[in-house]
Amino acid sequence: MHKKTIKELANALQNKEFSSEELVSSYLDRCDSYNSKLNCYISLMPEKAIEQAKSADKRIRDGNAGPLTGIPLAHKDIFCTNGTKTTCGSKMLDNFIAPYDATVVSRLNEAGMVTLGKTNMDEFAMGSSSETSFYGAVKNPWDVERVPGGSSGGSASAVAAKLAPVATGTDTGGSIRQPASLCGITGLKPTYGRVSRYGMIAYASSLDQGGPITQTAEDAAIMLNTMAGFDERDSTSAEEAVEDYTKNLNESLDGLTIGLPKQYFDGQLDASIESVIQAGVKELENLGANAKEIELPNSELSIPAYYVIASAECSSNLARFDGVRFGHRCDDPEDLTDLYLRSRAEGFGKEVKRRIITGTYVLSAGYYDAYYLKAQKIRRLIRDEFREEMETVDVIIGPTAPRPAFKLYELLDDPISMYLSDIFTVSVNLAGLPAISVPAGFANELPVGMQIIGNYFAESRLLNIAHQFQQATDWHQQSPKGFE
Amino acid sequence: MSLDKSDIDKIAWLARISISEEDTTNYLHDVSNILDLVEKMNTVDTNNIEPLAHPLEITARFREDKVTESDQREHFQKIAPAVDKGHYLVPKVIESSR
Repeated sequence: MHKKTIKELANALQNKEFSSEELVSSYLDRCDSYNSKLNCYISLMPEKAIEQAKSADKRIRDGNAGPLTGIPLAHKDIFCTNGTKTTCGSKMLDNFIAPYDATVVSRLNEAGMVTLGKTNMDEFAMGSSSETSFYGAVKNPWDVERVPGGSSGGSASAVAAKLAPVATGTDTGGSIRQPASLCGITGLKPTYGRVSRYGMIAYASSLDQGGPITQTAEDAAIMLNTMAGFDERDSTSAEEAVEDYTKNLNESLDGLTIGLPKQYFDGQLDASIESVIQAGVKELENLGANAKEIELPNSELSIPAYYVIASAECSSNLARFDGVRFGHRCDDPEDLTDLYLRSRAEGFGKEVKRRIITGTYVLSAGYYDAYYLKAQKIRRLIRDEFREEMETVDVIIGPTAPRPAFKLYELLDDPISMYLSDIFTVSVNLAGLPAISVPAGFANELPVGMQIIGNYFAESRLLNIAHQFQQATDWHQQSPKGFE
Repeated sequence: MSLDKSDIDKIAWLARISISEEDTTNYLHDVSNILDLVEKMNTVDTNNIEPLAHPLEITARFREDKVTESDQREHFQKIAPAVDKGHYLVPKVIESSR
């Protein structure tokens, strides 16, 4: 049963081929067998999952089932789950039992999904390798000596190894798309504001966006149908109506115009990645699309602008972790200042502190204009050039990541090289656009993802293109060896 | 961009994170490298460009001024490190008079 997509699982549950309880038990067994190899789950919740599965089975028997009822999933441990540990991969929240559900969690619960557990991630979603977690590094099922990407690396590793048929993730600078690319699966970052941020632990609030990590584009559409929508509890939630994202999956790609940014294919791109992406574009051309070269001249400024804005917002958001109301508190504080200083020093890991310190600096008196304001101005330039190009093309295509999965600990002590692995993803967050990564081939036997960037609220079109691509190719059906 | 150790100490204090002498050196190295990386922003003239804070330029939503949340103090304080009679406990802030 673990080889099925959630679309197939829903049909099987409807046809009583197996019950949700049987399905969930089988996934829990797989997690028991394989999680120690991958470290993709921080916590598993077997009792609760079986309980949820039993009530899903009842719903199915009573004829009240929807397309997600009885389907198991894994939540990135950044989403608050009422009554269960929610750590964000940090020692700071090692003792944190969330007192409420994130909107994404409650929507998926109401749809009848069953939570298997919470997945590992870079601490506070800050990282591109899922190595900065307090709970240890996550491994890539395609090669357990390599990283799964990050920050949603636990979710991506779990879906790739089929320890969950689908998972949630969050994407601030590529944290859904880059791990999806490195693990050979599908990952969608919706338009900023499309999916509620309520109960999703904040990293950089003007960039953070939740989305699905799945085996297929069709599954991503089914998930987004429930995840997306206005939420009055999120002040930046989009008031845009939600469409049925499965509706246009089978539309033809005839006449689709693809823009290929010259800057993405310039000089430094790894040749093995470039040939995979060019072949992917060719495939789309065979399906009726036309490709043309476009210009995104400010692309190279996206990493600098992103790291200023993200660090600044993180230094502000993470000020809440003070050892007073929840989370880690140091032993025997001398006074209140000592309590703050040591609780934060002990609770946060190296990369989180690095970003808080950078962010505090760029926001401090005398530097605000030179860094933060400057970065926001660059952000407008980047957004505007996307907007302009989107008037002449339907979508923009390029690689998701500059290279396939790298070795564990290879970049961990080299923050600059690590940051550069987000070169193709961060500009999309700065602009607030939706983008999807789909498996498009292999380089040195490691998966390579193709990124399709769409216009605001054009998720339906992105999913249509990704689905058509997956009808014509079988890259998304490849599975890593050793996890059968 | 040249930072020195005293800058790092000052920033760490502003961020309320205690750092060791050894860490100060490491952060000095890392943050200096990051600032060198972001220096590239200065290659573009942005004099007449407005800063962009929200990608969709949506302004904050208003709601009716009425109570929508219920009192959940006890529920939320269950996860606090130290509470007493409904208050969060911290080390003494004001010195007692003698």
